[in-house]
Amino acid sequence: MKPSRLGPWLVTLFGVLYFFVPLLGTFEFSLRYLRGVYSLEAYRIVLTDPRFGATVTYSTVLALVTIVVGVALVVPTAYWIQVRLPGLRPIVEFITLLPLVIPAIVLVFGYLRMYNSASVLPLTGTERATDLLLMFSYVTLALPYMYRAVDTGLRTIDVHTLTEAAQSLGAGWSTILLRVILPNVRVAVLSGAFLTFAIVIGEFTMASLLDRPAFGPYLQLIGANRAYEPSALAVISFAITWACMGLLQVFARGAPGQVAPTH
Amino acid sequence: MTFLEIDNLQKKFAQTTAVAHVQLDVNRGEFVSLLGPSGCGKTTTLRIIAGFESPSSGAIRLNGVDITRRPPNQRNVGMVFQSYALFPNMTVGENVGFGLKVAKKPVSEIKQRVDEMLNLIKLPALANRYPYQLSGGQQQRVALARALAIRPQMLLLDEPLSALDAKIRVVLRNEIRSIQRALGITTIYVTHDQEEALSLSDRVVVMNEGRVEQIGTPFEIYNFPRTAFVASFVGTLNILRGHVADPARGIIVVDDQEVIASRPLEHARVGDACSVALRPEVVSLGEAAGEGNRMRGTVEDVNFLGSIVRIRVRFKDNAISVDTFSNPRLTLPQRGEALTVSFPREAVLALEAPPAT
Repeated sequence: MKPSRLGPWLVTLFGVLYFFVPLLGTFEFSLRYLRGVYSLEAYRIVLTDPRFGATVTYSTVLALVTIVVGVALVVPTAYWIQVRLPGLRPIVEFITLLPLVIPAIVLVFGYLRMYNSASVLPLTGTERATDLLLMFSYVTLALPYMYRAVDTGLRTIDVHTLTEAAQSLGAGWSTILLRVILPNVRVAVLSGAFLTFAIVIGEFTMASLLDRPAFGPYLQLIGANRAYEPSALAVISFAITWACMGLLQVFARGAPGQVAPTH
Repeated sequence: MTFLEIDNLQKKFAQTTAVAHVQLDVNRGEFVSLLGPSGCGKTTTLRIIAGFESPSSGAIRLNGVDITRRPPNQRNVGMVFQSYALFPNMTVGENVGFGLKVAKKPVSEIKQRVDEMLNLIKLPALANRYPYQLSGGQQQRVALARALAIRPQMLLLDEPLSALDAKIRVVLRNEIRSIQRALGITTIYVTHDQEEALSLSDRVVVMNEGRVEQIGTPFEIYNFPRTAFVASFVGTLNILRGHVADPARGIIVVDDQEVIASRPLEHARVGDACSVALRPEVVSLGEAAGEGNRMRGTVEDVNFLGSIVRIRVRFKDNAISVDTFSNPRLTLPQRGEALTVSFPREAVLALEAPPAT
């Protein structure tokens, strides 16, 4: 007897409704700025607000620097654990999970205590130093996602044998990492990078308490004082996230040689 | 002239001894196979030579230079892996040229060498393909070209044909041997396949439980195995267990019948337990003319194996297999039939006890 397909279809329908109805509601509400007609007025107001451009630019630059520092920290660490120190894996996994367990507000208060202007390392003393502190705090926040993405990528390739093959051809560690390992976990690194980007773009707590002009606090400010613009901003945020996902798909498809070899 | 010296090599992993006192000299241009079952220490020995493992004790000298503690990327030793280990993000040409690029050779020299290597492995048109676009056999050829492109002092191959199907395996092993001969490169080849080791090698090193059991030419290893392990691992073998009747004349008694061995039984005394080995193909059915051993038994089983027929003959406690070529006019004996088998004295090998660790 053929099993009924009604159950899976119902679950799929429920999922689609659960995710899309609120989004459609938000989108529909964002179009009601002018009484009695649908318009893009709320979007026009948001996009012409100079603070929107400034905060998006600030958060984007910070996200890109966070990604570079995160990749530079995580890829060699995950690689080394896979190749040389597998015994340390549980400890590192525990450390990378800590940002999910410790609330951002606790972290930022810790930073403020440790790096205030009276401390040995007064990172909150100047705007540039605070930007640096915010970037490192974002690296910490994104650590669980970046580490897991890279670690999963490394598990899909035979890291040990590729490393040994490169060594036997005269390559040192930096060459192996940059020319053999990194290109083969490109998709995983990109996936971690886009997750990091999504986290940094919408992050509120740290940027707000460190008093930096990021997109998260701007979203909160608009949301607290306006009616229709926050909905428009929410839709724009979704569009940015989906664009990131789309880019991920494009880059993943374009990665050469990333198909399992035929043994 | 000795090119590679492995001097009293030992490797321990916690309480396990993977390699125990391995001693081996390899001449320049020689093809030596390390043969043995899984876990016998052959791959660990190869990995120590490559520099991927550090020995617990002992030394490795290559061309007179001690390389025991030298990192793998400074040994100039080419390695071919069972899983090919081609870099998936690089084309065939880039894979072959990788070692030369690492060595910062000029682009023109890299291109010339890559073309040369691809011609050598008969894949000149595949330079722009990615590894996943190649068959297993092609991938392994590329891996060989990549290992040879850097002009290594020595070539190491770790079961390179194990992942391939039987026909490709035979073709590729002949190609490996002809390339090795053409380049005259000293080669160490690890395999658990006796046919591969015997057909490819100048010398074979049979290993068991981390120890070297015997080193010799394929002919010596097959025809004159020194221990019961070598005898049983290399080829099909009959082992007959009996006791010594006359050590000076090499006579032992097996199931109340006299068998004369190829040589006197040194260090043995009358009544000592003793084992002799006998290849199935040296035994003939019926009474052979002239001097030689004859034993009477009963046919226990008859197996048709295509080109040969294997007949199992039981005496009392011992039984032997007899191989005879298949022939449409051959009259096969029936199960339970009484039968005489004959074999020459020189085919009866008295076996040594395995050396103590």
